[in-house]
Amino acid sequence: MSNAHLMDYNATGIPNGKLGMWVFLSSEIMLFGAFISSYIVLRMGSPLFGVPPEEILGRGLATTNTFVLITSSVTMVLALAAIQNDNRTAFKGYLIATNLLGLTFLLIKIFEYQHKIHEGLTITSSLFGSFYFTMTGLHALHLIGGLIFNLYILVMGWKGTYSSQSYQRVEYAGLYWHFVDLVWVILFPVFYLV
Amino acid sequence: MDEFHLEQKHSVKPYLLVFLALAILTGLTVILSYAGLPHGMAILVASIIALVKCTLIAAFFMHLRFESKGIYAFIFAALFFLLGLILSLIPDIGIR
Repeated sequence: MSNAHLMDYNATGIPNGKLGMWVFLSSEIMLFGAFISSYIVLRMGSPLFGVPPEEILGRGLATTNTFVLITSSVTMVLALAAIQNDNRTAFKGYLIATNLLGLTFLLIKIFEYQHKIHEGLTITSSLFGSFYFTMTGLHALHLIGGLIFNLYILVMGWKGTYSSQSYQRVEYAGLYWHFVDLVWVILFPVFYLV
Repeated sequence: MDEFHLEQKHSVKPYLLVFLALAILTGLTVILSYAGLPHGMAILVASIIALVKCTLIAAFFMHLRFESKGIYAFIFAALFFLLGLILSLIPDIGIR
């Protein structure tokens, strides 16, 4: 199977696949940006925002999750470098590590949600709760999407689809995965640190 | 693919250095959040660290350093409208 069509160039001189991914990511910037903007307005404007105390927020777990996600980003980029060097064993290993780290993030997130709901912080309990569950939930959905994308890449990679001549799809999956990491880098201080 | 191209594109050392920087900045921002800074200062410090981390991820992991201007155009358009959105909301906070 050939991925040649991914390398087709258009008038911009950018491969179609890459251009498409960046247009999509630009729209994602606006999606998350709109949520963050309304968060800023309501947090600064409303005296009843209701930021919970630290024992409910759980800064330690969120910090762990941040480390998990930046590690998964580096394993993803190492998977790309491995396939660009035609090292398929390392490619598969790094991709599996990326998926396991993504899964770890989700499991910690589920644990966090249970703890918060148990402590009375829910999507309807306060403005903070609404924003927290909406935005981290949206981020978690993106992460699940990334895991599916990565699993597809792993299955295709196992069949030997990718090589140093044909790694574009791995690169685009990586772009998406790093974007999900990047969004978390912003959500982390927004909800847990300030 | 010539040798220069290979070398420029496939070295993993920059990735590991960026990872190290991201880990240190994450630790730093968490430690500073316990330092008891005034609220405005805490927001400023956390924002600057988050922006540096995002720039590192975009520049190195997403290879924006090596991308063409065409892709920058899309990102700057999105960031321009995002900035517009945030700035246009400031009067709403200001009049309270």
